[in-house]
Amino acid sequence: MNIKEQVIAIIAEQAVLEPNDVAIDNTLQELGIDSLGLVESIFAIEEAFDIQVPFNANKPGDSDFDISTVASIISGIERLRAEQH
Amino acid sequence: MKRVVITGAGTINALGHCVADTMAAMAEGTCGIGPLEFRDVERLQIQIGGQVRGFEAQGRYNRQQMSLYDRFTQFTLAAAKEAIEQSGISFSGETAARSGVVLGTAGGGVSTWDDNYRAVYEEGKNRVHPFVVPKLMNNAAASHVSIEWNLKGPSFTVSTACASSNHAMAQAFAMVRSGMAPAMVTGGSESMLCFGGVKAWEGLRVMSRDACRPFSANRNGMVQGEGAGIFVFEEYEHARARGADILCEVAGFAMSSDAADIVMPSKNGAARAMSGALADAQIDRSAVGYINAHGTGTAANDKTECAAVADVFGPHADRLMISSTKSMHGHLIGGTGAVELLACIMALRDGIIAPTIGYEEPDPECALDVVPNEAREAQVQVALSNAFAFGGMNAVIALRKI
Repeated sequence: MNIKEQVIAIIAEQAVLEPNDVAIDNTLQELGIDSLGLVESIFAIEEAFDIQVPFNANKPGDSDFDISTVASIISGIERLRAEQH
Repeated sequence: MKRVVITGAGTINALGHCVADTMAAMAEGTCGIGPLEFRDVERLQIQIGGQVRGFEAQGRYNRQQMSLYDRFTQFTLAAAKEAIEQSGISFSGETAARSGVVLGTAGGGVSTWDDNYRAVYEEGKNRVHPFVVPKLMNNAAASHVSIEWNLKGPSFTVSTACASSNHAMAQAFAMVRSGMAPAMVTGGSESMLCFGGVKAWEGLRVMSRDACRPFSANRNGMVQGEGAGIFVFEEYEHARARGADILCEVAGFAMSSDAADIVMPSKNGAARAMSGALADAQIDRSAVGYINAHGTGTAANDKTECAAVADVFGPHADRLMISSTKSMHGHLIGGTGAVELLACIMALRDGIIAPTIGYEEPDPECALDVVPNEAREAQVQVALSNAFAFGGMNAVIALRKI
């Protein structure tokens, strides 16, 4: 699986959806992922890609990791992979 | 002051996954203690315990719940469901706003600590799952019961080692008796049967390697168990008005602190708790027919407890029955008083006295009627449930037939 497929699989599991039902421009809110689900998704992403995601649940908007859509998460991971590997 | 009754009971422990199975096993004198099964058990000197078997969290709870429920919470929720459904009480409106949940546990999410310490120390991982804290916290079980059953009144967790659930139930009783709450969900749970949990107890050198034989002269220590006991304590008129099945009355309680030694029990502290519970319930000592002993099977506890009973009851000590069901389900630590309350309910409601199994040799320092090895039929009007914890903190509950 490439990064996009892996991220969609992680998010789909968290949202209890089939991967086909997750669109690249969906927000996590649209997918029904709450704050606990978000923290769990970030944990799963860190585990899957062996990266540290700079995310503070106190100030999600200020984090240097854009979680606004599935697409922004994917590009954030690609950048972190490049920086940390 | 209101009268308080028990209208629901639920449990899971080494003897059974529900109250009926547990009481049947107690009446049969079944031993639920056996070889422990978990990772690294071969590195332990103590390899027996009262482990819950055949309890699969998968299927019972969904993935999100599994990531938040430690085993002690899983046990609690299973027992709470049985108790609340049996009670038939529904928590809505004013009843929900004023009713709460007070539970006891000594260790909380011990296996969650264990698994995650193993991951970071032994396996060298640098990241743990985000829900480790909400999963292991001692109030997790009480919180999830409140969430699942809409209990919005006073809710918290009590932790006083082996007396945790008796302290919790005494507190819940006091809240209903005072009129503060119409009903309370109460009891306790424990799940320490994992490598780190048993290793810690092993260090204290009070554990038996072969069996729990309370009051027997050849006893050689305690055996750990796991599980939960949960009850619905309800104001008597509230229960009667809705036609609830009443299991027995909670008549009184007392708590005492030895203020002496961090591990050695005190005859005086135990005696003050028992006589205090009788005074609180306004029950004459001669009315007590059965005591569910703390009865851990250690040299120190059993002789101290028997001496305290002799002090409190005088000549009546030779006429009452006292048994330790820990011989069957093991010592559930912070959940033990809750599971043992079932033996008191069985004595009062069904007239069956659970035995002390594994009893082999009389001990002159424990010369009471310990109901050795076989259950007995007897009509009992009043029962006491004893819990005497490490740290010298004691809690005794008095129950009456209704």
